[in-house]
Amino acid sequence: MTTNQDSWGTRVGLILAMAGNAVGLGNFLRFPVQAVQNGGGAFIIPYLVCFLLMGIPLLWVEWSMGRLGGSRGHHSTPFIMETMDKRRFWKYLGVFGIFTNIVVAAYYCYIESWTMSWVYHTVVGTFDGKTQGEVAGFFANYVDLNTSTTGIPYEPVVFYILCLALNIYILSKGLSGGIEKAAKIGMPLLIIFGIFLAYKGITLKAGEDGALFDGTLGLNFLWEPQFDSLTNLNVWLAAAGQIFFTLSVGMGTVHCYAAYVKKKDDIALNAMTAGWTNEFVEVLLGASILIPISVGYLGIEKVVELTSSGGLGLGFKTMPYLFEQWGDVIGTLAGVAFFGLLFFAGITSSLAMGSPWIGFMKDEFKFSQTSASLSFGLVVLALGLPTVFLFNYGVFDEYDYWVGTVALVVFALTEIVLFSWVFGLNKGWKEITSGADMRVPGIYRYIIKWVTPIMLIVVFMGSLITPQGGDWGASFSSLIEGNGWIFSDGAIIAKLQNQDIYASLEAAKNTGDMEQVTFLKDKLGFVNGSRLFLLVVYLLICGIVYKAYSNRKKEGRPV
Amino acid sequence: MTTSAFLMMVSSSGVILFLTLYFFYRVLRTPKKKEPDSYSEND
Repeated sequence: MTTNQDSWGTRVGLILAMAGNAVGLGNFLRFPVQAVQNGGGAFIIPYLVCFLLMGIPLLWVEWSMGRLGGSRGHHSTPFIMETMDKRRFWKYLGVFGIFTNIVVAAYYCYIESWTMSWVYHTVVGTFDGKTQGEVAGFFANYVDLNTSTTGIPYEPVVFYILCLALNIYILSKGLSGGIEKAAKIGMPLLIIFGIFLAYKGITLKAGEDGALFDGTLGLNFLWEPQFDSLTNLNVWLAAAGQIFFTLSVGMGTVHCYAAYVKKKDDIALNAMTAGWTNEFVEVLLGASILIPISVGYLGIEKVVELTSSGGLGLGFKTMPYLFEQWGDVIGTLAGVAFFGLLFFAGITSSLAMGSPWIGFMKDEFKFSQTSASLSFGLVVLALGLPTVFLFNYGVFDEYDYWVGTVALVVFALTEIVLFSWVFGLNKGWKEITSGADMRVPGIYRYIIKWVTPIMLIVVFMGSLITPQGGDWGASFSSLIEGNGWIFSDGAIIAKLQNQDIYASLEAAKNTGDMEQVTFLKDKLGFVNGSRLFLLVVYLLICGIVYKAYSNRKKEGRPV
Repeated sequence: MTTSAFLMMVSSSGVILFLTLYFFYRVLRTPKKKEPDSYSEND
């Protein structure tokens, strides 16, 4: 028998926890950047189309898989997937639902610890009087482990461990006593902080508090629709990618949370409510903070330049400086609200990442809640320290790319094939509609069977062979002319070949920069090493799943 | 703001806000199911 008798306290608590799982740093740092880079206001059209055709179907599939597995005593994807088809390999594909979470938690907790640290530094006034360059420099030194403004050596490591300890403590309190309580506190606070910052951003006036432009200029920049972008395949791929990552589908966390829902209870309406809550936070709040405030102070051109490498840099390197312009009190409040908001968005997601491992250890190895939580913490620490110490050597980015990006798409494709084609859509549809408190539109039978898998294949293929500069036409022409396909550095195939590092290495050799050559050679070693390490971790979890399977057979439990 | 940007922002935000509130309203209005259900605080 499983020791896992945990349950949700309330329905609203479950929905907030699910919404908290989905709402993450990307809602505030990734979405607005994606929007400005992919057609402005017109981006919302492919974004919502992808939400309806890919996001909602995946949410329903994952919720129903989880509830089905939970009814057989399984709370993680290896055995949830085996419940749906008895062929043994499914449980090893289900390993993705544990592997992805512990690896993503490892580096995600590091970013989460930055938010804790930035709240602390805002309160103690570290950013007071610093220039924009000095604030950006603070970030560079921080991740280089050289800064110790608190007098504590290896300050980022200390904040990382503190953050992880907080996660372990909350997880050890169980579903209703820990995760649900955190969501009930964190989500409303996040929304309050978000509304405060959005108000400040939108009402920013040129000439006041050092602002160069009105906040509405930033809003206009983000929402001005460029309808010609709708014919660009890259814009659709970006929208599909954003929907995919913002909903935390393809991870195994939704399955795990839903595994604690009883068969007769609703999942259809719960999934819709949690999904739309995430959209509310992303589109209404996420779009109203980062871009309006930064454009108000820096202008559009500078913001375009700063966001070219994503929103993370803008959030941590620039925003503290901008908040300082609002004076001591409001500036500190805004800094605490912004990084506090990111912290709550982060922790409600990282807690979800702990649940599949904990569910698995409780189900299969009779761990208590506390020991399962501690084991999660130790595994995450072991996986996470390389991302902290080797951040500048690209280990963090490797984890994010292979596990936080590629593995999610692979797993989502696997689960939708299992659900629609192997388990069978007739049985699957009954699972989705069983106990439903809303009428699930019949058209979703066809969407789940055909449209969502095709969209996932397109997203995967788009990532596999992304052309240089996103120029599909030029790459096709080059292919037809016999000159081969020109891969972008971000394409899976180019990543496997380390195209970007070799290009930098070649450039460094040509300029005779031997220091850079040595650095890049080291980086190449760490990058390849981290990929091998991740593969070994995946295989180790397969071994643990095999052990669990053997135990079940020995004990005569259903396998 | 330009008219097109304003319309895009208001219509998108309006639809999303309406649907979020509507689904929450449906959750809160739906009568609780008979015990044993999935939620311990109803017990």
